[in-house]
Amino acid sequence: MSIIKDFADTKKIATRESYGQALAELGKEHPDLIVMDADLAGSTKTSTFRKEFPDRHINCGIAEANMMCIAAGLASCGKTVFASSFAMFATGRAFEQIRNTIAHTKVNVKVAASHAGISVGEDGATHQCCEDISLMRSIPNMVVINPCDDTEAKAAVKAAYEYEGPVYIRLGRLAVPVLLDENEYKFEIGKGVVLKEGSDVTIFATGLEVYEALLAAQKLEADGISAEVINIHTIKPIDEELVVKSLSKTKKGVTVEEHSVIGGLFSAVSEVTAKKLPTKLMAIGVEDQFGHSGPAKELIKEFGLDADSIYEKVKNFVNE
Amino acid sequence: MNITELKKTANNIRKGIIEEVHAAASGHPGGSLSSADILTYLYFEEMQNIDPKDPKNPDRDRFVLSKGHAAPVLYATLAEKGFIPKEELVTLRKIGSRLQGHPDMNLVPGVDMSTGSLGQGLSTAVGMALAAKLDKKDYRVYSLLGDGEIQEGQIWEACMFAGYRKLDNLVVILDNNGLQIDGEIKKVCSPYPLDEKFLSFNFHVIHADAHDFDSLKAAFDEAKETKGMPTAIIAKSVKGKGVSFMENEVGWHGKGPNDEEYKAAMADLERIETELCQ
Repeated sequence: MSIIKDFADTKKIATRESYGQALAELGKEHPDLIVMDADLAGSTKTSTFRKEFPDRHINCGIAEANMMCIAAGLASCGKTVFASSFAMFATGRAFEQIRNTIAHTKVNVKVAASHAGISVGEDGATHQCCEDISLMRSIPNMVVINPCDDTEAKAAVKAAYEYEGPVYIRLGRLAVPVLLDENEYKFEIGKGVVLKEGSDVTIFATGLEVYEALLAAQKLEADGISAEVINIHTIKPIDEELVVKSLSKTKKGVTVEEHSVIGGLFSAVSEVTAKKLPTKLMAIGVEDQFGHSGPAKELIKEFGLDADSIYEKVKNFVNE
Repeated sequence: MNITELKKTANNIRKGIIEEVHAAASGHPGGSLSSADILTYLYFEEMQNIDPKDPKNPDRDRFVLSKGHAAPVLYATLAEKGFIPKEELVTLRKIGSRLQGHPDMNLVPGVDMSTGSLGQGLSTAVGMALAAKLDKKDYRVYSLLGDGEIQEGQIWEACMFAGYRKLDNLVVILDNNGLQIDGEIKKVCSPYPLDEKFLSFNFHVIHADAHDFDSLKAAFDEAKETKGMPTAIIAKSVKGKGVSFMENEVGWHGKGPNDEEYKAAMADLERIETELCQ
């Protein structure tokens, strides 16, 4: 299943770090690769690319809207562009630029945004974007990827480069355990990954919640509840076939995401089941509310997104 | 082309605009007519490697219609240049037409960038000019802005970047007709003074008469000679230029003429053509 043994104790790397490294690696082979930032290169880790290829790193200053459209102009002249900022400013402030000048035109621009979700931590509500997947998913032509760890983030960046057209990649600030074995793991846009097989309930998880869901599934196993854990790294297009296949077996589904329960993974899975296999689902995510300041780990616990909370909720859901 | 030929070409483009917005019974004649001479000069004199047989030539000069609602003038110009058949102009805004209400680069050969949402086109032009610099190519990039459009903050983000990056292969042309949908720009939310704004963003500023080809030639020649900074040509224009009852009338910003108005507009343009042929 390509999960690292003893994954609970592996090293931790933030997916933004993986992003910077993956860009620096891609830059060696691909002279058409341009990386853009809006004064956050040190935080989004595009600075790792800048160190290697300063001429191909374009800092636009604090002007995300302009950056997205410059990216489109560069792409129209044959460049493959990765444009980065925090999720809030990339997908929120520059939403319309992404919609009209990147997605409608189908130019080869990848919006890769870090500091998504409440795990931003201390910066608080203005910087904790829990709406980015929802916003990006609603735009035609847009692929939406939310990698779970270092291995997957690197693979996703490479796949996004190779994919012709607009892609949104969600990245995190918080260092998270490396779950997937880079030598074995195969990443394919649009394909969910069964990380643990089970028969009583399917847990669909995305991003850093994949790790929490796996830990929860182990605890459930000890209670005699067999949970299937599926990593949905591509929220759009979602792997409909796998969603239906798994729920046909387990008959109950739970979605876990560090994102609003409105418009993200829960909505994407619900859209599949409502059309193809009406199934009882439970949403674990950020309820319809803003985040606030605090250490990331404590916030994850407070918002009920840690393994223990997931374990409790799924247990009750299965026993209903 | 000599001046008379340019004037005839511009008049043909104006006729195309009227055909389009009449057939569509909607669209934006005012700001299309005001920029018809500018596009004529660009496509028939100024821009290099513009070839209907090779619309994607990587070395071509680029044009971005940042004021995308003036799509009728771009389509009429592309038709006059041979990128699309003139007969297609009457399909503007209709279901199944390539000629969308705002230009779509994936549908119409010769359209270098999809535009329509004000303020975004200039940034894409900046991206194209930057690409030329990165690739050490000598193509140039032109972008036409509305004078109301510069109320959008993103315009100034783009100008700050272009000035800072010394993009001397970028020419911004401001279609300064003085009117926007809700009235006179100086009464809605005045963008004046214009010169000081562009100058402070490290642009070279040139004034031109948007309806005088000698003036346009002088401006574009000066822009080409300007090194180390982008150029802004502030082109004083008349909204609705060429159609007497549309000139300086804000009501003609965004509506198509009825059959009677169409006849009157075409009669005006026929009269201009006759004069040019004498």
